[in-house]
Amino acid sequence: MSLSQRQLALLLIAPGLALVAALFLYPLLFSLASAFTDPKGGFSLQAFGKAFELYSGDILFTIVIVVSSCALTALAAIAIAGTLTLGENPWIVGTLRALYRWPLFIPFIVAAQCMRTFLAKNGLMNNSFVSLGLMEPLQAVSYLDWRGIIITFVWKQTPFVALLLAGALAALDRATLEAGRNLGASRLRVLLELALPQVMPTLLVALVLSFVTMLSVLSVPMMVAGSQPTMLTVDMAFRINAYGDYATANALGVITYLISAGAAILYLRHGMAKESAP
Amino acid sequence: MSRIASLLRASLAGIVLAAFAFALIGPLANLVLWSVAERWYTPYKLPVTYGTRYWEQVFRPTGDAMASLGTSVSIAVLTVVVALALSVPAGYALARLKLPVRALFMIVFLLPQAFPSVAIYINVARIFYNLGINGTVLGVVLVHAAHGLVYSVWIAAAAFAAVDRDLELAARNIGASPLRTFFTVTLPLAAPGVIASGIFVFLESLDEFTGTFFVGVPQVTTLPLLLYNAAMGGNYQVASITALILLVPSVLFMLFIERFLRADVLAKVGA
Repeated sequence: MSLSQRQLALLLIAPGLALVAALFLYPLLFSLASAFTDPKGGFSLQAFGKAFELYSGDILFTIVIVVSSCALTALAAIAIAGTLTLGENPWIVGTLRALYRWPLFIPFIVAAQCMRTFLAKNGLMNNSFVSLGLMEPLQAVSYLDWRGIIITFVWKQTPFVALLLAGALAALDRATLEAGRNLGASRLRVLLELALPQVMPTLLVALVLSFVTMLSVLSVPMMVAGSQPTMLTVDMAFRINAYGDYATANALGVITYLISAGAAILYLRHGMAKESAP
Repeated sequence: MSRIASLLRASLAGIVLAAFAFALIGPLANLVLWSVAERWYTPYKLPVTYGTRYWEQVFRPTGDAMASLGTSVSIAVLTVVVALALSVPAGYALARLKLPVRALFMIVFLLPQAFPSVAIYINVARIFYNLGINGTVLGVVLVHAAHGLVYSVWIAAAAFAAVDRDLELAARNIGASPLRTFFTVTLPLAAPGVIASGIFVFLESLDEFTGTFFVGVPQVTTLPLLLYNAAMGGNYQVASITALILLVPSVLFMLFIERFLRADVLAKVGA
């Protein structure tokens, strides 16, 4: 018996698909089922009621953290990629190119440990500011709260977004950008009005990926910030480890799916608006 | 006048660049300082006494860190073996064979990375608990492999797609069987890309925290879990040294990745 090419292809890909099905799709269905079931096994929204009652503050906190981290990441990445593409001082461009990629491959948990010490009340950041005379010792405050989470996320994700953005900018037609410069537009204007609109899809893909990543990270909110308020990842771990309360934890899980679906829908709507435009 | 303006501009750019360098390097510098600080307390801005006492403690052959390093590396190696065993055939099928709904299959492998993962892992842990493989190396390896599969499948598919078809046809023309052609022509030519995908999977596994946190505890302590326990226990030195150990492979990878991942392969990733 000889296999057709199609059967052979399906046979070769089947083991990989089976692993994803067993360790992603099945647990996903499991989490949906658990979130929408009451203790007696019937359909109910009871778990969501409890999740909103206990964690509505943290839901809002998570959204604010992730959205503002993405916004700041976008700004920093645009500044870096723009300087790399349109910078005229070779010394500045060279230094920036050598520096900006460093956090890219640093694991989140290592970034969290770095920031845990760096942003503390007596961390290296405050100490440096005091030594430089920028701040009085008594003014030093700890940044290990929502600000710390945002700083860590921006620090870790900016190189990723900047790398993709700089790649897309480098592939643009230089002649258009030069023409803009020759007509007297400042470099900032060329970046914002000529270059950026052309690489918007790349920027949005990178931001959506960062958005989902930030929603998935457990170590940063656990290590960088105190217990309350905190992000939904920490709340889920707490419901499981402290109470074995799978229903509420899975309801919170479904809420994080919905938040990331919101980001994906925004992205897709932008893509469709672009395609339908002339 | 314009000279003063350009001087001002240059010094402003210099200040911005210095602030950027500080924000980038400062946290890492703090990590290095903590790893060699034997005593450091307020109000001192720098460690009071320096030393390698904690390095010796961490690198003692019987220490927790060495055991965790062993666990981490063996889990990462096993994860690479599992991921490549699944992704080499899958990547070949995606790149070379006629496959129905190919785009859908590509997306399926991306899904584990495209969803917020904590909610998935808590349920994987529950399923594994019922199967009796929670807290085992096998459970952790399976979770890491599923998570890393998107890299290994996508990069393997790109590597196979970049192999010149004429070379395969030439081998077939002089009488080689399809299987022999694959092992003597296609696979060796795709090897650099496949190795690169293996390195990606290895690093993902080495750095993975969330999945191990739910599936591995309390028996399996990888380096990230040791780091977490040390940091939460207030032992900043051990936490910082563990973090530095975790940085080594990442930095090496960043320096050498371009050797393995050629531009022609890179251009085909995800296509």
